[in-house]
Amino acid sequence: MATVKEYAGAAPAAVASAVPRHQIVAFVAMLGILLVAPFFVYPVFLMKALCFALFACAFNLLIGYVGLLSFGHAAFLGSAGYVSAHAAKVWGLPPEAAILLGTAAAAVLGLVIGALAIRSRGIYFANITLAFAQMVFFSSIQAKFTGGEDGIQAVPRGTLLGVLDLRQPYTMYFVVLAIFLGGFLVVYRAIHSPFGQVLKAIRESEPRAISLGYRAEHYKLLAFVLSATLSGLAGGTKALVFQLASLTDVHWTMSGEVVLMTLLGGLGTVFGPVVGAFIMITLEHSLAQIGSWLTIVQGAIFVVCVLTFRRGVVGELARILRKPL
Amino acid sequence: MATQALFGQLLIGLINGAFYAMLSLGLSVIFGLLNIINFAHGAQYMMGAFAAYFLLSLTGLGYWWSLLLAPIVVGLFGIALERTMLKRLYHLDHLYGLLLTFGLALIIQGVFRNEFGSSGLPYAIPAQLTGGYNLGFMFLPAYRAWVVVFSLGVCLATWWVIERTKLGSYLRAATENPTLVRAFGINVPRMITLTYGFGVGLAGLAGVLAAPIYQVNPLMGADLIIVVFAVVVIGGMGSIMGSIVTGFALGVVEGFTKVFYPEASNTVIFVIMALVLLVRPTGLFGRAS
Repeated sequence: MATVKEYAGAAPAAVASAVPRHQIVAFVAMLGILLVAPFFVYPVFLMKALCFALFACAFNLLIGYVGLLSFGHAAFLGSAGYVSAHAAKVWGLPPEAAILLGTAAAAVLGLVIGALAIRSRGIYFANITLAFAQMVFFSSIQAKFTGGEDGIQAVPRGTLLGVLDLRQPYTMYFVVLAIFLGGFLVVYRAIHSPFGQVLKAIRESEPRAISLGYRAEHYKLLAFVLSATLSGLAGGTKALVFQLASLTDVHWTMSGEVVLMTLLGGLGTVFGPVVGAFIMITLEHSLAQIGSWLTIVQGAIFVVCVLTFRRGVVGELARILRKPL
Repeated sequence: MATQALFGQLLIGLINGAFYAMLSLGLSVIFGLLNIINFAHGAQYMMGAFAAYFLLSLTGLGYWWSLLLAPIVVGLFGIALERTMLKRLYHLDHLYGLLLTFGLALIIQGVFRNEFGSSGLPYAIPAQLTGGYNLGFMFLPAYRAWVVVFSLGVCLATWWVIERTKLGSYLRAATENPTLVRAFGINVPRMITLTYGFGVGLAGLAGVLAAPIYQVNPLMGADLIIVVFAVVVIGGMGSIMGSIVTGFALGVVEGFTKVFYPEASNTVIFVIMALVLLVRPTGLFGRAS
């Protein structure tokens, strides 16, 4: 009896605790770049990229590690943005409370949508999440508190914990960076924990995971809610950064954009979504002058990625280095 | 007054339902054999409307020619996509097909929006179908009646071909087990190509029908397709009759919602979808997967 217990306890812990050295190196490199970047690059641009990077990491948790393609993640980003903006502007809550409220709203929404969608798989799942997100979109047009087409504008950034004045760009930047790193590490921890191992087992073969005694639906729902919550964290933060919550963030094009970022960076890689988000945001900024060409370029990247570049930037890099990144 | 509004919305509901039915039918046929959700369906519907517009403005061919030629043109475009891109993805996860067609939809809609803006171009109702009938309780425009009747005919003809003819039986067999059907000497890859072309052609045909009602607009299919996805989920994916019945029914439900509770008219289909998923996760007419 004792040996069985010992074995069951020891094996997963050993797997989970060893963080590969090259991943630590990559993380330190990313951290270093992000710490000095605001002194060379426009901070608002970086903050936007960081919010999307967190959003993409949250999305990747589902597609990369559970194999579920959600086509409705804009619902969580956008509704959290609305709630945070409303809390900060109308209720006058401090930024930490506003962001937490938005995140909580996304978590609840994730629980409701997830409970309904999680029973299906593959294309059905993509379809259903898309439809629910569209429902959230139409509700956002009609609801009073979202401000319809205008959105919620001039959201005050406020003072974080009564100490940090977020109207200062650098202060805001490092707060956003801290939030991003927090979310990133939560995702990292989740996918490298025994919980993450079960998720991967479900991705590879759900019937087998069930036959091993795991409640696959519970694990999938938990992953979905976690993903929605972190998307909400990104959305709430984004609303304060731009002092705006608008329909753009709940529209299905936003759901498509996060798919593209993750696909381009590398599905199921740790750093891929971050790289993908930075590439896409850079591209959006440089293509801003030529307007509607952006859609065409995005579409073309989708097509090229799907046809010839399915591992994504980081996935290809990991293949060349022969190390998981 | 109230009954007039009611019948007016019923008619609008039937028109929308006709488009839902035709589009979800095409999606279902494609999904049945190729196992992909054709995200470019809305863009291909828009191309059908533009094809009608160009046939008129460039070659002078009117509505009736468009009804025949536009679906063929759009269908051929679909076949080209299938041959060059989609067929490379059959051995992969079906999600890649969704992502590819999503990218194609972005490209197609982006190109058309670049060329024609997003304001929309007018397309006249054909001379034979102008005017309408006064039914006493409401006024029925002839063109709208034609759209409902014609699309119902197309849907039922498609159902008949797939469920009642020999060609349809090959198709259904290939849906069940393509390898076995191939072993019997039937050219399944060609059948897949033609099926995709047919489904896309149906979208093009719906676009021609829509051109005189809505304006010819690069984004006319962009939001519509998401509603159609919900229709397909409600009807049960891959079910032919399910798509037709739910398409028309949901159009009518949406129309009535506009009369009784207008605030919910945009969301009612999604609410129904949520309810159906709770009770029957495979959809009303779907088989357990």
